[in-house]
Amino acid sequence: MESPLVVEELRKKFGEVAALDGVSVTLRAGEILGLLGPNGAGKTTLVRAIVGRVRPDSGNISIDGSPLLPGHSALRSTLGWVPQELAIYPLLSVEDNLRTFGRYQNLEGEELGRAVDRALGWSGLADRRGHRTETLSGGMKRRLNMAVGVIHGPKIALMDEPTVGVDPQSREKIYEMIRSMNEAGTALIYTTHYMEEAERLCDRIAVLDHGRIIAEGTCDELVLATVGPGRMVAIELDEDIPPVLQELWRSRGAVVDQRSLRLKITSPRTDLQPLFRELDEQKLTVRDFALTGPTLESVFLFLTGRELRE
Amino acid sequence: MIINVIRTALLNFRSDRGAILLTFILPMVFFSIFAFIFGGTRNTSKVKVAVVDLDQSQQSKRFLEALDAEGSLELVMSAKGATEDNPFTLDTATAAVRAGDEPVALVVPEGFGSTQFEFDGSGNRPTLHVLSDSSDLVAPQILQGLIQKVFLTSTPSEAARAGVKLFRQWAGGLSPKQETSIEANVQLLEQMQSLSGSRSQSSPVSVDIRDVVGEKKHNPVVAFYAAGIGVMFLLFTSAAAGGALLEEVESGTLDRILSSRISMTSLLVGKLLYLALVGVFQLTLMFVWGAVAFKLELWSHLPGFFLMAIATSLAVSSFGLLLASVCRTRAQLSAFSTLVILIISAFGGSMFPRFLMPESVKRVSLIFFNSWALDGFLKVFWRESPLSGLAPEVTVLLGCSLFFFIVARRMATRWELQ
Repeated sequence: MESPLVVEELRKKFGEVAALDGVSVTLRAGEILGLLGPNGAGKTTLVRAIVGRVRPDSGNISIDGSPLLPGHSALRSTLGWVPQELAIYPLLSVEDNLRTFGRYQNLEGEELGRAVDRALGWSGLADRRGHRTETLSGGMKRRLNMAVGVIHGPKIALMDEPTVGVDPQSREKIYEMIRSMNEAGTALIYTTHYMEEAERLCDRIAVLDHGRIIAEGTCDELVLATVGPGRMVAIELDEDIPPVLQELWRSRGAVVDQRSLRLKITSPRTDLQPLFRELDEQKLTVRDFALTGPTLESVFLFLTGRELRE
Repeated sequence: MIINVIRTALLNFRSDRGAILLTFILPMVFFSIFAFIFGGTRNTSKVKVAVVDLDQSQQSKRFLEALDAEGSLELVMSAKGATEDNPFTLDTATAAVRAGDEPVALVVPEGFGSTQFEFDGSGNRPTLHVLSDSSDLVAPQILQGLIQKVFLTSTPSEAARAGVKLFRQWAGGLSPKQETSIEANVQLLEQMQSLSGSRSQSSPVSVDIRDVVGEKKHNPVVAFYAAGIGVMFLLFTSAAAGGALLEEVESGTLDRILSSRISMTSLLVGKLLYLALVGVFQLTLMFVWGAVAFKLELWSHLPGFFLMAIATSLAVSSFGLLLASVCRTRAQLSAFSTLVILIISAFGGSMFPRFLMPESVKRVSLIFFNSWALDGFLKVFWRESPLSGLAPEVTVLLGCSLFFFIVARRMATRWELQ
């Protein structure tokens, strides 16, 4: 099946800062592709470039094989965009917001009415249709923000961190909305810096850092290609680690700070004892210790040497 | 798409009670205050004159009655709080002027009526005294001029006798027959004067003062204030609506709209039409209120009013968009637009009529488009101008509207794409 959205070698600089530094990514039909990266990685710029709000310096974007050029509004209407900000009118009712943005997508008459009803049902806001938007809770506003972005039933939806600042209960509802939308055939690009979200929702994940895609694949593929099936050991120490020892552990693939150490091990049973012995020989006292399975967090740490939420 | 922009803006506006209040109610309140203060009369207030009649003769009374009959003067015979049988004395009148209670006082000296009046000043008639306040330069001048006029018109027989005396002196005398005839005529004049009282309408030069602008109007000044306040508030409304555009930029709503199927030009045209619609409604409401509460003659001037209202609203709306497009934030827009609007309102005549400004300022103020708007409304309501007479004002306003819109559109490119 043809990929509905292909991005090739996209570059964009703001002043001297390269927000996108040759990004290439493909969204496959019917999938949810997670764009994972810390703040400032270039996720939002990439999404805004796809929806036509950022003019790339170079590179190509194509939808269903057709290049997406500036002003190509008919082709762009196959996209639905849910921006990170609450881009809705607070003084209008829920229904008026949906109708307003539906009309901007050329929906009219009965078609518009059906789309509004569908969006109200999908977002669980049917009982709030006449309420003024500013009176809604934060989670409801987020859901309306999503519904407004996809009121026209797009083939591809781009969701830019739709769960920012949302309570756990509303977050579950949002996940449910995304899944049902995907099941109905919409392919999604979903940007987030929450690992759990990416793991739970996304079929594939592209890790973005400093404007570049540094890894791409399913969660398992990424784990195997980076940290492998082993475990991560995190150790906090009471004393400073001598510089010579820091260099030594770094050469073994560990992430080392002044008094902490994170290291991938293959087997806890065989690898932990020698590690503690070594620390003991160096007269370093263990204050805290944690053993975790491979996660996207560890993948990101492995790939960038940084925490995702730094 | 453009209709959707208008519809959305109207929905937003309808939901904002504060905006409705500022757009429709506040301008009417301001207009009502101005119309109430200045719209009641077009006459300059009368000059009050404290009178001290030390002569108490028939002549002095006749002279003062004639002076009182002048429309520009209001003779006050007794001090504030004093009863009518306690007339001003020289001391109380002086004190009243010094205290600022009266702007000027007139003292008719003893012997005023019993002495001869001479044209060349050779007679021994005592001098009339005017006690003035140096802070008011106008009142004593008006009083002095009217004293000269009233003296001639209220005592024509005396003037005739003085004139004959001068003629005798410089023309070499009169025959007895001429003397008899003149005396008979002067006596006849005195009889006529006593019959008609002091209000002689005779005057050396007949002058008829007729108000050719607004002669038959109930309350023409109200039209000026309706237009002046209306245009000023239209400017504030447009600037505020421009702020709504910046709010859309800041909230990301504009981004979302532009990612749909509407272009920036269509969006701005929609915003312009919405603003113009609100502007026409705002002006209509203001003038209807003027008609209902202050007898403004709107109904007989509807075509001219609507032509000016549409042209003005379009120009002001484009100006609002221009203001928004040159500002980065709403705070910047608020400060900048308030300053600009107050300046152009002052020069444009919203606060002080342009026709009372010095000629040079009047000429300079034509660079402000609101001057043309006000001139147009005054042409409609004061000068009874036909629609064709409004061509210069309408052309300038539509031209300004186009120019402002083009500049605003160019400035708005920064919101189109990053």
